[in-house]
Amino acid sequence: MAKSPDQEHPHKAFGWAARDKSGLLSPFHFSRRENGDEDVTIKILFCGVCHSDLHVAKNEWGFTNYPVVPGHEIVGTVMKVGSNVKKFKVGERVGVGVIVGSCKKCESCQQDLENYCPQTIFTYNSHYTDGTKTYGGYSDMIVVDERFVLRFPDNLPSEGGAPLLCAGITVYSPMKYYGMTEPGKHLGVAGLGGLGHVAVKIGKAFGLKVTVISSSPKKEAEAIERLGADSFLVTSDRTKMKAALGTMDYIIDTVSAVHPLLPLLSLLKLNGKLVTVGLFDKPLELPIFPLVLGRKLVGGNEIGGMKETQEMLDFCAKHGVTADVEVIRMDYINTAMERLAKYDVKYRFVIDVASSLSQ
Amino acid sequence: MAMSPENEHPVKAFGWAATDSSGHLSPFKFSRRATGEKDVTFKVLYCGICHSDFHNVKNEWGITSYPVVPRHEIVGVVTEVGTKVTKFKVGDKVGVGCMVGSCHSCANCKDDLENYCPKMILSYGAKYYDGTNTYGGYSDIMVSDEHFVIKIPDNLPLDGSAPLLCAGITVYSPLKYYGLDKAGMHIGVVGLGGLGHMAVKFAKAMGLKVTVISTSPNKKKEAVDHLGADAFLISRNTEEMELAMGTMDGIIDTVSAMHVLLPLIGLLKNNGKLVMVGAPAKPLELLAFPLLMGRKMVGGSCIGGMKETQDMINFAAKHNIIADIELIPMDYVNNAMERILKADVKYRFVIDIANSLKPF
Repeated sequence: MAKSPDQEHPHKAFGWAARDKSGLLSPFHFSRRENGDEDVTIKILFCGVCHSDLHVAKNEWGFTNYPVVPGHEIVGTVMKVGSNVKKFKVGERVGVGVIVGSCKKCESCQQDLENYCPQTIFTYNSHYTDGTKTYGGYSDMIVVDERFVLRFPDNLPSEGGAPLLCAGITVYSPMKYYGMTEPGKHLGVAGLGGLGHVAVKIGKAFGLKVTVISSSPKKEAEAIERLGADSFLVTSDRTKMKAALGTMDYIIDTVSAVHPLLPLLSLLKLNGKLVTVGLFDKPLELPIFPLVLGRKLVGGNEIGGMKETQEMLDFCAKHGVTADVEVIRMDYINTAMERLAKYDVKYRFVIDVASSLSQ
Repeated sequence: MAMSPENEHPVKAFGWAATDSSGHLSPFKFSRRATGEKDVTFKVLYCGICHSDFHNVKNEWGITSYPVVPRHEIVGVVTEVGTKVTKFKVGDKVGVGCMVGSCHSCANCKDDLENYCPKMILSYGAKYYDGTNTYGGYSDIMVSDEHFVIKIPDNLPLDGSAPLLCAGITVYSPLKYYGLDKAGMHIGVVGLGGLGHMAVKFAKAMGLKVTVISTSPNKKKEAVDHLGADAFLISRNTEEMELAMGTMDGIIDTVSAMHVLLPLIGLLKNNGKLVMVGAPAKPLELLAFPLLMGRKMVGGSCIGGMKETQDMINFAAKHNIIADIELIPMDYVNNAMERILKADVKYRFVIDIANSLKPF
C-alpha cells in the first residue's frame, strides 16, 4: 500500500497544499527524502507566487495530481550537503527554480538544456526518480540534486530575486536564443505582469529600446517612470498602433489569455520575431500572410537550462535587475491567488516563508 | 485621357489577358516601352503557370489592376539591351520572375531583399514607375530593368527552368534563411505540387534527408522513386505520423489550403522550424504547449531577392535541377487552370509561348 505523504520519506516537512480544483491552499504535513550524496537540503526563506502555481492549483491544465504543494521560485539557505556535492556549502544562500531533475544523458541534458529533456522533473506536481511526488516551495524545506540548485549572488535580495527563478529565466532565455539582445534594437513587451515587467528590466539591461504593449492605459505611468520602458502602446489605440507598424525588431509576448496575434505581428519589422512565453490553454489564431510577406516568425520558449539560469541570475545581479514584489505571509496565499487571477499585483507576490509558515 | 494599352508605349505587343475578376483569359493587344538605357528586351519562349496567377487574375487578393496579362515565370532570349546594360547581351538566355521594380534605396533593397521592399513592383497587375500597368510573361516580348533579369546558364533547359523563377526561389530562400540547408539534416516537405517537388529536389541537392508529407497516398511512388525523397508520410495516418514525431529539423509547408499545424509541429525536433511558404487565407490554430515545450517556431518566407534568385539558378545549374513540367500550347490555358485547381499536374504547366502564341 502506498505510504501517506508524511510517511513516505524520513524527514518531516510542512507546507500549504491545494487538495482539489477549488485551488484553495491549506496546511499540509508531508515529508522530504534523506539527503543523498548529490543532494542539498535547503531551509526555505522565500518563495515567489507564479501564475503557473495558480493554474496547477486549480487543475486548469488538466494534469494536476492532488494534493499539490506549489512554488518554484525558491530562495533559501543550505542546511546540509551530500558527500559528492562540490558547488555548495552549509549556510550559503541558494535558489531552486522550475525543475529538480532530468535524465542527465540525452542530447538536451548534455547541452545544458535540462528544461527540454523528455524526462524533466518539475519542482512540483511531478514524480521524482524514486516514484514519489515532488512538492514545491510553499513549504519549510526542500531537498534538491546539486545540479538543480543555483548560487544566489550576494547582492541580489532574496525577495526581489526569487521571481527571477521562473519569470526571469522565462524571458531571458528566449531573448538570448532568438538573438534579441543587440543594443539599440527595439523590443516590444506584450503584457505587463510578472513576466512582462521583468522583460522590460532585462531588455533595458541589454541596451534595447523597450515599448510595452498593453490593453490597460493605466499602466503607462508605471511602465515608463518606474520600470524604465521607453514607450507604451495601448492595443485599442488605433492611431498609435498604426504609427508603430513595422517598428519593432522583436516582441516578447507574455500574455497567457487568448489574444489576437495579428496586431502584434504587424508591429514587427521585416524578419521580426515574436516569442510567446505565456501558457495560453486554448489555441491562438495565427495569421500566415504576415509571416510570409514579412519573413516573420512566431517561436516558443520554456524557461531555460540550469547553466543559463545561473547566467541569468549573475546578469541580473550585475545590472541591478530584481522583480517588483509584494511580500506576503503564508496565510495570505488564498487571497493572493484571488488577486493574481484578477492581475491585481505589482508584479509578483513573494511569500515570506521563514517568518510566516508555522504549523 | 489615359492611353489605351495598345498605344501607351511605342512597341507593339500581344498576349492573353483577363479583363475582369472572372479571370477568363483571351487574346489581348497591348504595347511595351522602348528599351531604356538600363533595360533588357527579350523574346518570350516559355512561361510557367503559378498558382498565384489564379488568385491574381481573379483579384482574390484585391490588388489586381485590369486588364491583367499574368505569368511571372518567364524565360526567353535577349533581343536588345540598353546602352548602360552590363550583365547581358543579345542572344543570352534570361528569365524574369515575380518582380520588375523596387525603390533601390530602402534598407531591404540595399540588403538585396527587393522582394520585401514596400515599393516592390510585381511583374504583372501592378503599376510601373511611369504609372502604366505591368504586363507579365503571357505575351510575345518582355522588357525589364537589368536588375530584375536573371541569367539562365546554358546547361539548363529553358522550359524546365521557368518555374524556378517563382517556385524555385520560394523554397530555396527559406531553406537558406532558416538554416535548413546543412547536409545530414532532416526536413519534411508538406504538399507535393509545384513548390513541394522543387523543395524535395533542392533539399536533396543540399544533402538533406527529405520526407514528403501528403494527403495523397498515390503520390508516394513518384516522390520516392522519381523525385528522390527518402520517406513519405500520409498526414491522415496517425500511426505513421506518431512514429515520425520529433524527427525533423525543419518543415517546408507549401500548402495554401486551410490545414492543421499541430501534427506538423509534433514532427519537429526541439528547436525545429516550420516554415510556411503557402499562405492560407484564414488564420491557422496555434497551441502554446507544443511550441514552448520544444522551443519550436513557425516562420514565413516570400520568394527571394534578385541576388539570391541568381544564386538559386546557379545552384540549380550546378546540380541539374529543373522543374518537372507539362508543356502546353496557349489555347490549353483555361483547361490548365481548371486542372491546377484539382492539383492535377506533375508538377507545373509551362506554356510554349514561342510555338503557340500567334499574332492576331
